[in-house]
Amino acid sequence: MSATSSVLSLPASGRVPLTLRVFAALDRKAWIALGIFLALALIVVPVLNLAVPPESAFHVSAYAITLIGKIMCYALVAVAMDLIWGYGGILSLGHGLFFALGGYAFGMYLMRQIGRDGSYQSDLPDFMVFLDWKELPWFWLGSDSFGWAAFLVLAVPAVVAFVFGYFAFRSRIKGVYFSIITQALTYAAMLLFFRNETGFGGNNGFTDFKRVLDVPITAPETRLVLFALTAIALAATLVFSAWLVRSKFGRVLTAIRDAESRVMFIGYNPLWYKLTIWVISAVLCGIAGALYVPQVGIINPSEMSPANSIEIAIWVAVGGRGTLIGPVIGAFTVNLAKSWFTVSFPEYWLFFLGLLFIVVTLLLPQGLVGLWKKLISKKQGAQA
Amino acid sequence: MKKILLTFLLCAAGFGAAAAPDPALVRQLAAEDNSDKITAIQQLAQTADPEATRILQAMADDSLFLAGDKVFIFDGETARDALSGETAEMPDDAESVTVNNRLRGELANALAALKLFDPDSAVRLAAARELQSNVGAEMAEILGRAKAQESDAQIKALLSLAHAQATLQDADPAVRLAAVRALAETASPAVKSLLLPLTDKATEADDGVRNAAIIALKEIERRLAWGETLAAIFSGLSLGSILLLAALGLAITYGVMGIINMAHGELLMVGAYTAYVMQSLFRNYLPEWIDWYLPAAIPVAFFTAAAVGVLMERTVIRWLYGRTLETLLATWGLSLVLIQAARVIFGAQNVEVSNPSWMSGGVELLPNLILPWNRVIIIGFALFVLFLVWVLMNRTRLGMFVRAVTQNRPMAGCVGVLTARIDTMAFALGAGIAGLGGVALSQISNVGPDMGQGYIVDSFMVVVVGGVGQLAGAVWAALGLGIFSKLLEGWAGAVIAKIAILVAIIIFIQKRPQGIFALKGRFADQ
Repeated sequence: MSATSSVLSLPASGRVPLTLRVFAALDRKAWIALGIFLALALIVVPVLNLAVPPESAFHVSAYAITLIGKIMCYALVAVAMDLIWGYGGILSLGHGLFFALGGYAFGMYLMRQIGRDGSYQSDLPDFMVFLDWKELPWFWLGSDSFGWAAFLVLAVPAVVAFVFGYFAFRSRIKGVYFSIITQALTYAAMLLFFRNETGFGGNNGFTDFKRVLDVPITAPETRLVLFALTAIALAATLVFSAWLVRSKFGRVLTAIRDAESRVMFIGYNPLWYKLTIWVISAVLCGIAGALYVPQVGIINPSEMSPANSIEIAIWVAVGGRGTLIGPVIGAFTVNLAKSWFTVSFPEYWLFFLGLLFIVVTLLLPQGLVGLWKKLISKKQGAQA
Repeated sequence: MKKILLTFLLCAAGFGAAAAPDPALVRQLAAEDNSDKITAIQQLAQTADPEATRILQAMADDSLFLAGDKVFIFDGETARDALSGETAEMPDDAESVTVNNRLRGELANALAALKLFDPDSAVRLAAARELQSNVGAEMAEILGRAKAQESDAQIKALLSLAHAQATLQDADPAVRLAAVRALAETASPAVKSLLLPLTDKATEADDGVRNAAIIALKEIERRLAWGETLAAIFSGLSLGSILLLAALGLAITYGVMGIINMAHGELLMVGAYTAYVMQSLFRNYLPEWIDWYLPAAIPVAFFTAAAVGVLMERTVIRWLYGRTLETLLATWGLSLVLIQAARVIFGAQNVEVSNPSWMSGGVELLPNLILPWNRVIIIGFALFVLFLVWVLMNRTRLGMFVRAVTQNRPMAGCVGVLTARIDTMAFALGAGIAGLGGVALSQISNVGPDMGQGYIVDSFMVVVVGGVGQLAGAVWAALGLGIFSKLLEGWAGAVIAKIAILVAIIIFIQKRPQGIFALKGRFADQ
C-alpha cells in the first residue's frame, strides 16, 4: 500500500508526465486485477475454446463466449453511464440511443460486406431490394469502407450528443426534466428507425451478416478476436475513466454534481463540463454498440426502446454508482440473472427486474460495492 | 305506360287509391332472364304503389317464390299471394326467386325511390339519404318527379342532389350543366369522383359544362379541406382531453413532491382494467343494466387506482424523499411489476371493452366530418374531471394545503401543514385521476398490459410545457399539444409529427424553462 499511496499523493495536474498520471489512476491491486482480467480474456478463454475438446469440463462454448462478449459490451455502456450519472449527477434515460447509433453505423459496413451473398444477389442490402430502391441513399455513401464506418461509430453519437446536450444544458435542464427528455429523445429515434423509409431496414434492422474485414464473421477465430477487442476496450475505458475522474476535470464535475449553483458562483461554467462528459459517455456507448453488433449478429430499433435505456441505469445502480468497478459488476450480475431467468422462469423476469429496481433504490443506494464496503468496515470494526 | 303514369300522378298527389300492381309485371319479377327482372323492378318502382313496395321488399328479403304462374310471398311461416296479399296455400314445388348482387342494387334503389312517395316525411328523408350514392341514369325521371312534388326543404335539397347525379350523363348539355351546378353545392368525396370525368375534354365535349365542372370541383375541394381541418382539430381536442386526463394527476404529484411517477401510465392501465372488470360483472350479474357499467366504473376506478397509488407511496416513494432520480427508477420498477401483474391476472392479450350503446354512433357535421359520440363524451368527461380538480384545489382545505406544499414545502411544514400526509393525499388524488383517465381510454383504445407505457412521455411533455403546479398550464399545454400534433400528423405523418413536437418542446424550453405558466419563486435552484 505504501508505494501506491505515494504515487496517489501526486497532484492530479502539474508537471507529472501523463503516463505516470494514468498509472496513478489505479492502485496496485486494481492494476493486478485488470492484468488478470486481460490475461483471462486474451489467453485463457481462447485456449479453452479452441484447444480444449468440447466434451471436456473446461471447454468454453461459443455460446458462453458470445454471452460474455455481449455482457462486456453492456459493461462498457454501464461505465459510460456511470461517468455521467455517478460522477456528473445526470441521469440519462436515453443512452440506448447512442449504443444503437454506434451499432447502426458499424452495421451499415457489415451490411455492405455481405456483398452479393444476400438472398437477392444484389449489390444493395436485401431490405433495399425489397423496398425496390435502385441505389444507396446518400448517407450510405462510403459505408463499404471500414475506416469511414469506424469514424461514424465515434462521430454520429458524438454529434447527436453534442447538439442535444448543448441545448439541454444551456437552458439548465436538470434532474428528472433532463431524464424524461432523454427518454423522449430515444423514443422518437426508435419511431424514426422503425420506418422503412428512414433507410435502416425498418423493423428488422440489420442482420444476416457474413463478413467483417473480408473474414467470415461466424468463424471461431473471428469471434475470439471480437471478444478480445471488447475486453481490451472495456479495460481501456476503465483506465481512462479512472484517470478522468481523478483529474481536475473530474473533480469539478463531481462538484457540479453535488452543488451546481455554488460551482457556478465560484466562476466555472458547468455547461462545458457537463457537455464534455456527456459527449465522452455517448462516444463510449457508440463503441460498445459497434462491438456488440458483430458479436450478436443483429441490430434493430428495439435497442432504442426506453425500457432498454432505463435498464442501463439499473446495472449501474445495482453495482454501485460513483465507483468504476460497480457498473461492471452490476452489468454482469443483472445480465447473467436475465439470461438465467428468461430461460428458466420467463414469466417472473419482469417481477424480478421490477423488484430489483425497487429494492436497490430503497435498500442498496450504494449498490453491491457499497454493501461490500459496509461488510468490510463492519468486520474491521468488530476486530478493533 | 300512360295508365301507369296516371296512377303514379294520382298517388303522388295523395288523393288516389292504391291500385293493384300489374299481374304481368309481378310475374315478370320471377322471369328466367335477369334483364327482364330488372325491367320489371324498374317499372314497378315507377308506380309508387304501396303494394309494389311490399312485393319488392319481399324479393329483396329472398321470400318471393314462384309456383307455376303464381307468385307467392313466404315469410317462413305463412304464404301469401303476392298480388292480393291474402293468405294462400303455396304448392310444395314452389321455387325461390333468385336475386344476385346486381338485382339487389336495383331493388335497393327501387325501394328507396318508392319510399320517396311515402306520406311520412321521415321515411322520405331516409330514402333520399339512401339515394345519395350510386344513382343510375334510369332513376332520373322518378327523382325529377319526386323533387317536383316534395314540400320539405331538406328532402328537396337531397333529392335535387340525387337528381343531379342521375342526369350527369344526360345527352342534353343544358341538363348536364344544371346538374353540375347543383352538385357544386355539396362537399362529398363521392361527388368529386363523379365530376372528375366532366373536366376532361375527352369525355366532355361541351365547354360550358366543362368549365362549370372545374369550378364545381374547386368549390367541393375547398369545402372538403375545411372538413378535414375541422376533423383534425376535433381529433386534436380529443387527444388533448386524453392527454389532460393523463397529465393532471402527474402534474399534481410532480408539483407537490417533485418526482415523476414512471408508473403513472400503469395507473391508467389499472383504471382501464377496472372498466373491464365492471363490464364483466355487469354482464354476469346485471345484464339488463349493461349500458350503465361505465358510469359505475368511474368511482370504482378512481378508488382502485387511488388505493394502488397510496400503496405505492406508503411502501416505496416516501422512503426516497429528496432523491428524485432514484424515485424515477423505483417507480419504473413498480410499473414493471404492475405490467407483469396485469399479464398474470388478465393474460398478455388485449381484453375487449365495448362502448355502451349510448356511446356508439356519431353526429355528422359535414359529409366528411363525423364526430363519434365516444370522443365527444370523453371531451366532456375531461372537462368534468378538470372542474372537479379545480374545485378540489381551489375551494377545499386539502387543496389549499396541496398548493402550499407545492409552493414552499419547508414553510408549509413550519406553519403546521402535515406535509407527509399531504404527500399521500396528493399522490392518491393523482393516481385516482389517472384511474379516471384509464376508464376514458378503455373506450377508445385497446386495453392491454402495455397500454400505459406510451403515455408517460406524452403526459410529462404536457407538464413540462404547462409549468408545474398550474391547472391552467396543463389545460393549455394538453390541448395545444393535442391539436398541434394532429394537424402535423395530417400534414407530415405520425412519426415526423412526434419528432417535430419533441424538437419544438426542446426549443420551447430554451425560451421558457419553467413552462408557459411559471410559479413565481426566489430560488437559485429550480
